[in-house]
Amino acid sequence: MLELSELLDNLETSLKDIIVKRKLVNPLMIGIRTGGTVIAEILHGRLNIHEPLGLLDISFYRDDFSQIGVHPNVKPSQLPTHIEGRDIILIDDVFYTGRTIRAALNEIFDYGRPNQVVLGVLIERDGKQIPLCPDCFGARITLAANQRIKLTGSSEQLAIHLETIDATA
Amino acid sequence: MKSMADNLQLNSEGKLKHFLTIEGLDKSLLTEILDLAESFVDMTDNQVKKVPLLRGKTIVNLFFENSTRTRTTFELAAKRLSADVLSMSISTSSTSKGESLLDTIRNLEAMFVDMFVVRHGISGAAHFIAQQTAAHISVINAGDGQHAHPTQAMLDMFTIRQIKKDFSNLRVAIIGDILHSRVARSQIQALNTLGAAEVRVIAPKTLLPAYVETLGVSVSHNLTEGLKDIDVIIMLRLQKERMSSALLPSESEYFKCFGLTEDKLKIARPDAIVMHPGPINRGVEIDSKVADGPQSVILKQVSNGIAVRMAVMSMAMQKRGVV
Repeated sequence: MLELSELLDNLETSLKDIIVKRKLVNPLMIGIRTGGTVIAEILHGRLNIHEPLGLLDISFYRDDFSQIGVHPNVKPSQLPTHIEGRDIILIDDVFYTGRTIRAALNEIFDYGRPNQVVLGVLIERDGKQIPLCPDCFGARITLAANQRIKLTGSSEQLAIHLETIDATA
Repeated sequence: MKSMADNLQLNSEGKLKHFLTIEGLDKSLLTEILDLAESFVDMTDNQVKKVPLLRGKTIVNLFFENSTRTRTTFELAAKRLSADVLSMSISTSSTSKGESLLDTIRNLEAMFVDMFVVRHGISGAAHFIAQQTAAHISVINAGDGQHAHPTQAMLDMFTIRQIKKDFSNLRVAIIGDILHSRVARSQIQALNTLGAAEVRVIAPKTLLPAYVETLGVSVSHNLTEGLKDIDVIIMLRLQKERMSSALLPSESEYFKCFGLTEDKLKIARPDAIVMHPGPINRGVEIDSKVADGPQSVILKQVSNGIAVRMAVMSMAMQKRGVV
């Protein structure tokens, strides 16, 4: 049902539109670790973005720290250039509750005040918990509450998995 | 067999709650501290050297003994985690008016504190506070008497791993006043837990505790012989303030026999690193040329102290629902 190449094409087209519509100047692309990294790498190439790709690790900005703690091996965020006044394309794999994006925006704003930020995700699923939504998406789907969608593999062998979480587990 | 100390340090899920001593903590937990510190150390390159992990938490540094480095790095670590931090030098507060340790703790608890960082001249002081304090409060030992200084040991392990990558082939020499050194005790435990090939203590007999071999070290009383094949040299400060009797003929005699000079350093492996927990007594345990020389990583230790303390603090503050 979800054809990966089709999703990537949709997202690419949608991002190209918004770059024109919102008049993004020399945009900076930032992928959110770890799911958004590969998607961002692919789109960074397809959209011909000049600046090196930035990567964000939001572990230290999560709102569930007191419940689940920090995983060791948090990779440092790599923002290749100043954020101040820039146009930013933020990329993640799946938009679900919106909490990851909240954390990512907080971190970005700690680096400076961007001119504008647009959000592109491969898949937007239902279940958002805060008033945020992506500007561009490859597909918008509805899943049962116990279903999760996951991306695995590198840019050559990317695959989408649908997992059902055992409620009794 | 697990001792009381282990149980006290870990919550019911085996996660760090207090950090009082290296003793009883396993390799995976020590490695977790080092790995998390790795993430924080990279943060120092950021424009904003701050993350919101401990926002809204209150941390009190309780220093019953003087300290510059440890207190400052704990304070900076707490601030970089966005906690509110209060540093108290207790010699200048109510204890000088006769208030007991427990009363001081109770009063601070009443101010809704989340963590105590404790330095005290008496061994076991941090344990005592961890046992007595309210269940939701974490206690970090910043040095107690001659017992333990676990965060110093972990920042030393972090610095060693950063340069040498792996512990399994390492021969580490700890040199000097082992007798009075809480740092040495914690270092020995950490190095053995992390699997160093050899931990060698080098000191005059008067500066070694009785039965020091039982700590899992080899012993040498001769610096020239002891430095052979050594990858990591840890110099200790001569703790004159803790010496109650004449343990040494003189400082200059000590420097002649056990002071690290450029010539002595050549006996160790050519890529050996030189460490010192500070403060340094130049010309007593270490020559200035070595302390400021190319093999010295003493200032790197200080920088790493912030990241390691951030790691320990954030680990002890997570999962607050579980006691």
